[in-house]
Amino acid sequence: MEGDIVQMGAYIGAGLACMGMGGAAVGVGNVAGNYLAGALRNPSAAAGQTATLFIGIAFAEALGIFSFLVALLLMFAV
Amino acid sequence: MAAEAHGEEAGGLVFHPMDQFIVKPFFGDGAVSWYTITNATVWMALAVLAVFALLVLGTSKRSVVPTRMQSVGELAYGFIYKMVEDICGKDGVKYFPYIMTLFMFIVFSNFLGLLPMAFTPTSHIAVTAVMAFAVFFGVTILGFVKNGASFLSLFWVSSAPLALRPILALIEIISYFVRPVSHSIRLAGNMMAGHAVIKVFAGFAAIAAIAPFSIVAITAMYGLEILVSFIQAYVFTILTCVYLKDALHPHH
Repeated sequence: MEGDIVQMGAYIGAGLACMGMGGAAVGVGNVAGNYLAGALRNPSAAAGQTATLFIGIAFAEALGIFSFLVALLLMFAV
Repeated sequence: MAAEAHGEEAGGLVFHPMDQFIVKPFFGDGAVSWYTITNATVWMALAVLAVFALLVLGTSKRSVVPTRMQSVGELAYGFIYKMVEDICGKDGVKYFPYIMTLFMFIVFSNFLGLLPMAFTPTSHIAVTAVMAFAVFFGVTILGFVKNGASFLSLFWVSSAPLALRPILALIEIISYFVRPVSHSIRLAGNMMAGHAVIKVFAGFAAIAAIAPFSIVAITAMYGLEILVSFIQAYVFTILTCVYLKDALHPHH
């Protein structure tokens, strides 16, 4: 056994941070799926809500990006 | 620290996927000081030149039947104009030039960064943070200038029950100050992640057994990245519009 236990912890933490991606995936899928469900029920109202769709996706995705950032910080900054 | 011992043990290409984001002098090598022309400088300048070519040279003839360049320029103009008008209302149109500038710069930086060997300025948090904080401070100052102290009613949700309002105010204030952080990290993170994924697959391409899979994966990711480049520029712009709307009409 050799190596640095701090570095090992950082790598394990970076891997664990990737689980945040799954959360973002659930969130983005939820937003897009609900939009599609609503759009198929009332197609005439769908076009006006695409901006809201993208804002919702952006907010859901930002938190996944934060977990990616944590992974990057653990890999390169700690 | 992860730069060494990567790739060579499996027979892949010896490069690190994050190497492409290193800012280095464009001519020769040496120390980077404030006047050095780096690859970031060059690709930002190219993005500005591309915007100039599309919007100024492309529309300079102003023909009634537009050329291809002119119709793309008109399409971009109309797209952003409609977005600003829809979200901010008529009085937000005054700030359309700034939003158009942001959109065109981001979209061209993203697209030019997709060229092989290119550098993506928007993959750096230093670039996106400047743009996001400019929007944040601009919008905050504008809100106070336009509405005075009643701008603070943005944090006081008058439609909620009275007992909940202080808690909501706290949440609103936190979310207001997180805005520039998420605004900048979203763009930089998406650009960095996408380019790094392409480079990771490119590293696998040298291993003969999985090379066909890897090349197909690069092609697929590249298509996705073209979409992401546009959508992230669109999202950055649309969020700028939403923040601007909050400043112009803070009442819930």
